[in-house]
Amino acid sequence: MPEQTPTRAAATVVTGVGILLDHVTKRYPGQARPAVDGLTMEIPAGKTVMLVGPSGCGKTTTLKMINRLIEPSEGRIVVDGDDVTQMNGDRLRRGIGYVIQAGGLFPHMTVATNIGIVPRMLGWSKERIAARVDELLELVSLDPEQYRDRFPKELSGGQQQRVGVARALAADPPVLLMDEPFGAVDPITRLRLQDELINIQDELQKTIVCVTHDFDEAVKLGDWIAIFDEGAQLVQYDTPERILGNPANEFVENFIGSGAGLKQLTLTRVADVAMEEAVLARPGEQARDVLTRIVAAGHGHAVVVDSRERPIQWLSRRKLGRLGTIGSTPDPALPVVGSRATLSDALDTMLVSSAGAALVTGRRDVFKGVIDIKTVMDAIGRSQDAAALDSTDAPVGLNTGIFSAIAAGDESDDGAPADSPGPVVAAGDAPAAP
Amino acid sequence: MLDFLGDRYEQILFSSWQHFSLVLQCLVLATVLAVVIAALVYRSRALTGVVNSVSSIGLTIPSFALIGVLISPFGFGVLPAVIVVAFFATLPILRNAVVGLSGIAPTVVEAARGIGMSRFRTLVQVELPLAWPIILTGIRVSAQMVMGVAAVAAYALGPGLGGFIFSGLSRLGGANSFESVVTGVVGVIILALILDLLLVGLGRLTIPRGIRA
Repeated sequence: MPEQTPTRAAATVVTGVGILLDHVTKRYPGQARPAVDGLTMEIPAGKTVMLVGPSGCGKTTTLKMINRLIEPSEGRIVVDGDDVTQMNGDRLRRGIGYVIQAGGLFPHMTVATNIGIVPRMLGWSKERIAARVDELLELVSLDPEQYRDRFPKELSGGQQQRVGVARALAADPPVLLMDEPFGAVDPITRLRLQDELINIQDELQKTIVCVTHDFDEAVKLGDWIAIFDEGAQLVQYDTPERILGNPANEFVENFIGSGAGLKQLTLTRVADVAMEEAVLARPGEQARDVLTRIVAAGHGHAVVVDSRERPIQWLSRRKLGRLGTIGSTPDPALPVVGSRATLSDALDTMLVSSAGAALVTGRRDVFKGVIDIKTVMDAIGRSQDAAALDSTDAPVGLNTGIFSAIAAGDESDDGAPADSPGPVVAAGDAPAAP
Repeated sequence: MLDFLGDRYEQILFSSWQHFSLVLQCLVLATVLAVVIAALVYRSRALTGVVNSVSSIGLTIPSFALIGVLISPFGFGVLPAVIVVAFFATLPILRNAVVGLSGIAPTVVEAARGIGMSRFRTLVQVELPLAWPIILTGIRVSAQMVMGVAAVAAYALGPGLGGFIFSGLSRLGGANSFESVVTGVVGVIILALILDLLLVGLGRLTIPRGIRA
């Protein structure tokens, strides 16, 4: 249910592993309040979890504690059932991909050397590294021939970021940590990089933990979104649909900003909603015949398609009444959306064309159906219904502080700021530490 | 003048070579020393401050005075010469090494640590290569400076062209005294130019294309 696109999980093998932060606290000397306070958080295998929150809320600290770039003061980090809190930090990090803003490439090394650096540390052979580098450059849509021997300064910001992702994936780690990965590129490049990350993730099914301050980015990329307030207090940890449709409190509402309903539209693709049939017509037909068919079908319009099934005109009853035969000149103002477009794009097209509906095309621009405002409204309604449902499958995420506050509020007792609830204990009990 | 050069042709060449060799070896020693010290201190703001003031104060010590002081514990000969030359050679390199290492973008270091490089590996594979152009500039400054210092080292009967200068100066007005001084001074200048060219060449060979200006 919370899956945005349930098809993709079935298509490929999940290569990611689950992560558990178990009552993790980070205190810095000389600071009264901990940067991260008793955070317990489950990160499901093969999912993308977005950590969002205002700056200074501890989301980056939380991320860096997963690969122990920042050592937790208290608590345990469990990766794939193994407690990694005590293991050698460098060895741990070699097994976890890490992407930072602007890629963090080494300027004195070529693209190939940059990407191959972790495999080299792991002792791979030269041939294997070279093959892997080319494979990864293909994966991030850079031509190996052209880019292999370039230096970072000879790349654009977006290209550097791609190489950064390739480097993080080099040794095929099950987990990828990303710290504001697309913060330093221009908005257009950012959208493209986000789309590419979605495609890569469709293919690889890693466990991705990504810090961002951009809520729209979180909605777009995340299977789950964790919203933090100061001290890494987890305010809400849920699917994008449910956070948009059912924000936990005012803080989340403010963070989402205006237009939550519109943002929900970016969660659904045109292909995922029901399309309406349409009466088709071909150039050269008599308008009178087509009109009869429309009336019979109870429709208001006919879609004219060319010999390759591409829509070229969209004629109303009134227009058909005035025509003799149907022409073959394409209408440049035809409201067309691709089936991979989001509902938000579709709505935009409809509003611009003032037709109240849009034609949907599939591969090679073949006409597939009609989507109208009512379909979009239904989709909003459905995702609000989905949001209203209780999340039984949501991963666990809470703070010790919050939990004790709830306990105190509920029963005003002094007992047990509480052990973690069921699922956490279960996860923690799993193969504990080698 | 030409007679002077012709008569002492072999002696001049030998002294030049000795001078050059002394400077070069001391430079290598100084570079190693400076980089090691810089690598130990650059992460600490306090230690960096100490090192920077030591290197600027150190440069104000007259080399002539220092070698005079060193003669009593170490006697005459090569040892005090090497100590003085290496000491002065270390200071500019140390300063540049500290500046170079602490000037590296924190994101690069974070990326290195984040992909699992140990502190030492980060230093050797990332930080030192990135700081190398600045360190090399320090080496060039140092090379020019200690060419002169090495001449002074002849006071302690060390090797090199300084001998021509001192013997000439002590007999000033006597036969060939002027020629002797000029030979020493010009020889030092020529050696300095040669060494600088070599260091520029070293830079071409060792600075990666990705960070060349």
